[in-house]
Amino acid sequence: MSLLVTKQLVKYFGETHAVDHVDFTVQESEVLALIGSNGAGKTTLVNLISGLFPPDRGQILFHGADVTHQSVHDRIKAGIARSFQLVNLFDQLIALDNVALSIFSRGAKTGKLFSLAARDQAVWQEAFEVLRLFGLEAKAGALAGGLSQGERKLLDVAVAYALKPKLLFLDEPTSGVSTREKAPIMDTITAVVRSERISAAIIEHDMDVVFKYSDRIVVMHQGAILADGSPDQIRNNEAVTTTLIGTTAGSPPSRAGSRPAPSDDTSPRGAGDARG
Amino acid sequence: MDFLLIHLLNAFLYTAVLFLIAGGLSLIYGVMRIINLAHGNLYAFGAYVTAWAVGGMMGQGAPTPLLYLLLPAGAVAAAALGSVLEPTLLRPFYKRPEEYQLLVTFGLLMILEDVMRFLWGPYPLSASTLWEDLGSVSIQGSLYPNYNLVVIAIGGVAATFLWAFIYRTRFGVMLRATSQDMRMASALGVNVNRVYVQAFTIGCFMAGLGGAIIVPSQSAVLGMGVDALVLAFIVVVIGGLGSLEGALVGAFIVAVVREAGITFFPEIELAVLYLIAALVLLARPAGLFGRA
Amino acid sequence: MSALAVALDTRSPARVLAWAGPSAVVLVAVPWVADPYQAILLAYGLIMAIAALGFNLLLGYTGLLSFGHSAYFGVGAYAVAMMVKYLKVTSMELFLVGAVIASVLVTALFGFVCVRYTRIFFSILTLALSQVLWSLAFKFFWITGGTDGLRVPTPSLLGVVTGKGDKIEFLAHAYYHYVLAVFLICVAVMWVIVHSPFGKALQAIRDNETRAAFVGIRIRWYRWVAFLVSGVFTGIAGALWVPLNGLTTPEVLYWPFSGEIVFMTVLGGFRTFVGPVIGAVVFNYLKTYAVGYTVYWQLLLGVVLVALVLSLPTGIVGTAGRLAQRWKRAA
Repeated sequence: MSLLVTKQLVKYFGETHAVDHVDFTVQESEVLALIGSNGAGKTTLVNLISGLFPPDRGQILFHGADVTHQSVHDRIKAGIARSFQLVNLFDQLIALDNVALSIFSRGAKTGKLFSLAARDQAVWQEAFEVLRLFGLEAKAGALAGGLSQGERKLLDVAVAYALKPKLLFLDEPTSGVSTREKAPIMDTITAVVRSERISAAIIEHDMDVVFKYSDRIVVMHQGAILADGSPDQIRNNEAVTTTLIGTTAGSPPSRAGSRPAPSDDTSPRGAGDARG
Repeated sequence: MDFLLIHLLNAFLYTAVLFLIAGGLSLIYGVMRIINLAHGNLYAFGAYVTAWAVGGMMGQGAPTPLLYLLLPAGAVAAAALGSVLEPTLLRPFYKRPEEYQLLVTFGLLMILEDVMRFLWGPYPLSASTLWEDLGSVSIQGSLYPNYNLVVIAIGGVAATFLWAFIYRTRFGVMLRATSQDMRMASALGVNVNRVYVQAFTIGCFMAGLGGAIIVPSQSAVLGMGVDALVLAFIVVVIGGLGSLEGALVGAFIVAVVREAGITFFPEIELAVLYLIAALVLLARPAGLFGRA
Repeated sequence: MSALAVALDTRSPARVLAWAGPSAVVLVAVPWVADPYQAILLAYGLIMAIAALGFNLLLGYTGLLSFGHSAYFGVGAYAVAMMVKYLKVTSMELFLVGAVIASVLVTALFGFVCVRYTRIFFSILTLALSQVLWSLAFKFFWITGGTDGLRVPTPSLLGVVTGKGDKIEFLAHAYYHYVLAVFLICVAVMWVIVHSPFGKALQAIRDNETRAAFVGIRIRWYRWVAFLVSGVFTGIAGALWVPLNGLTTPEVLYWPFSGEIVFMTVLGGFRTFVGPVIGAVVFNYLKTYAVGYTVYWQLLLGVVLVALVLSLPTGIVGTAGRLAQRWKRAA
C-alpha cells in the first residue's frame, strides 16, 4: 500500500487552477523530488497535504486513512511533517529549544504548566542528538534568528524531523544557500531520512540536486502532474524538457551503490506519458 | 407603530455619524494597514473644536446662520492634526512589529484625551444653539428636530462624495493601488509616503466631521473618544475592515440595534451589540464585506 | 562543558535564586526599617507587580497585547466587595478564592472570544470587552454601588490576625507581609509556568504562529489557557488591592487603568521576566509623586509611553541588561 495517495485533488484560487485534479502518490521509504516551474502548484499541493488549507475537491489518504479534512495537529500526529520554503523558525528561541519543542509536542508534553522544561533530560538529550545529526550541535545555544542561512535551512528541516514523521515534505531546502553549501546540506538531509526510512518529498528547482538525490521525480505543470518516473525516465522525457526550459538534460553523476534501484512500477504512467 | 419612523430616523442619524467614524478607520486601515487607537479621539477633537468655535463666535454676537459655517471647523482641525501626526508619530513604526504601533497609538490616545482636558476643561462643551435654531418638524404627531434631518443628509452626501472620490478620481486610483499592493504602486511611481499622509488626513477628516455634526445635538465630553472607538470597532467587525460599503452597512446595523437597545433594554445595550458582533464574527470572520 | 550543558545552564534555577533570595530578604525587612507610609506604598507596588506579571504572560510570552486587563483587576476587586456586601465574609483567604473563581469565569468567557482573532483585533476586542464590564458596573449601580463604589473593611488574615486595632499598623505590617507572601508565591508560580513546556509553546506561538501549528501545537487552546492564567493573576491583584484601598469603584474597570498596566510593563521591559515587576514598582512611585504635581497625568503617561516605544523599547530592565553587557565586554 502506498504511504500517501491523493485522489483528484483540486484547489482553485479564483481563476487560477493551482492544483488541478492531481493524483499524487508517495511510497514508503522513498525520496521523491517534486519539480516544476514557478506557479506549477507544487507548494499548494504540499499545503493541501500538510493541512494548511482544505482542498475544494478530492481526497487525501495517508496509510489508507482519509485525512482530507483533518486538522494540522491531527495530521502531525498521524505522521506528516513539513519544512518551509521561507525559513520558519522560532527566532527568539535557541536552536536547541526549536527542536525540543517538536519533541515536547510529540510527547504531548507541551500542555504541562507546572513542571520545569529544563528538568526533562530525555527531551534535551534527544534534541541535542537531532542537532548533531544535522551538524548543528555547536550552535545549540545560539538564537535561531542569528544563524546563517544554511544553518537555518538545516534547522528548519531538523525541527520537522524531530516530530518523527513518516512522511516529510521539504519545500526548497537549499534555496537561498550558496552552491557550495547545497551538497553538504542535501547529503545530511538524505542520509538522515534514508537511515530512518522516512519518506521525503522534496520540492526543488536545482536540477543537479534533483537528479543526484531522488529515487523518483514528479513533474508538475500548471496545476497538473506532467510526468512521474525515475530520474532516467524524466531526463529522457521530451515533454518535460521542453516545458521546463533550462533543465540540464545532461547526465549528472550517478550515486554509487547507496540508492535503491529505481523501480518502474512506482509510476503508473511510465516514460513519456505527458499530461496537458 | 407611530414611533417607528422616529426610531428609524434616529437610526439613520446614528448611522451617518458612525459611518463617518468607522469609515475613516476602515479607509486608513485599507490603505495603510494600521489601526489608529486614537481615532475615536479625533472624532472627539472635532466635536470639541466645533463646539468651541461656535461658542466663541456666539459670544462675539455672530448671527446664527453664520455659525453654521463653523460646523466643518472640527473636521478641518482633525484633518490638520492627522496630517501632522502621521509623518511624526506613525511613520517610524510601519516597519516595526505590530505591538509597537498599537502601543504608540494608545499613547496618542492618552495624550489627546488630556490635551482636550487641558484646552477645554473637564466639563461638557455644547453647541446646542445650532440644534435648536433649526426648529422641528411634525412627524406622525411628534416633533422631530430638523437638525437631525440635516445630519442625515450630510451623512448621505459624505458617503456619496467619498465613493466618488475613491472610485472616480485619479487620486482614488492611487489610493486603491497603494492599498492593494504598496510595493508595486511605489515601483510604478506612486509617492507612497504622500498617499499615506493623505489617506490618514482624509480618515481623520471623516472622524472629525462625525464629531462636528453630532456636537450640536449632544455635547462634547471627555471619554467620548473611547466610546466612539469601541462602537466604530463593532461597526468594522460587522462590516469588514477595509471596506466602505461594510462601514455603511455595519454602521446601520449598529445604529438600529443601539436604537432598539436604548428603547427596550438600556442597561445592556452595549452587551447586546457585542453579542451581535460575536455572532457575525462566528459566521463570517472577515465581516460582511471584508476581504480575507 | 558539553554544548548541551552550556545551553541548559543559563536557565538553571540556581542562578535565579542568586538575585531573588537577597531581594526577598530586603522586601521582608521593609516594615521594620521604613515608616508605615512607605510600607503601604510598596504594598501597592507589589500588588500592581502581580497584575503586570500576569499581563506580561500574554504580551511578552504569547505576543498578545491586551488593552483590557482592568477588567480582570476589577473582577477580582468587585468579587471581594460583593463577598463583603452579600456574604458578610471577612477572611482574606476566602476573598482570594472568590476572586480566583470570578476571574476564571470571566477570563474563560472573554478569552474564548478574544483568542480567535489576530493581533489588532485581539487588542481592540480586549479593550471593548473591558468597556462592557465597566458600563455594566455603572448601570447596575444598586449592586455595584455605582460611582460611590463599595466599602471593604480590613480582613482577617489566616483566620488569626484581624484588622481590629490600629489600621495603619495592620496595613503596614501584617497586611504588607501577607501581600509580600502572595507576591513571592505568584512570582515563583509564574516563573515555573514560563519555563515549563507550556511556556515554551507560548513563546513558539509568539515567534511564529504558523510553525507552531506545524509542530503540532493547537494555537487557540494555548492562547486561551494563557489568557486564563493571565487574567487570574490580575484578578488576585485586584483582590489584594481592595482591602488596602478600603474601597472599590468602577474607575478600576475603566480603560485608563488598563493603560497603566500596559505602561508599567513596557516601562520595565516586556521581553524579560522581571521587567514588569520592576516597572510596576517604579511606576507606582512615579504616579504617587506625580499625581501630586499635575492633573494631566494621562498626558505624561502617554508622552512617556510614546518616548519609550520610540527610543527605549526594551524598557528599564532590557536597557539595563544591554548596558551591563556592554560594560562587561569593555571590562
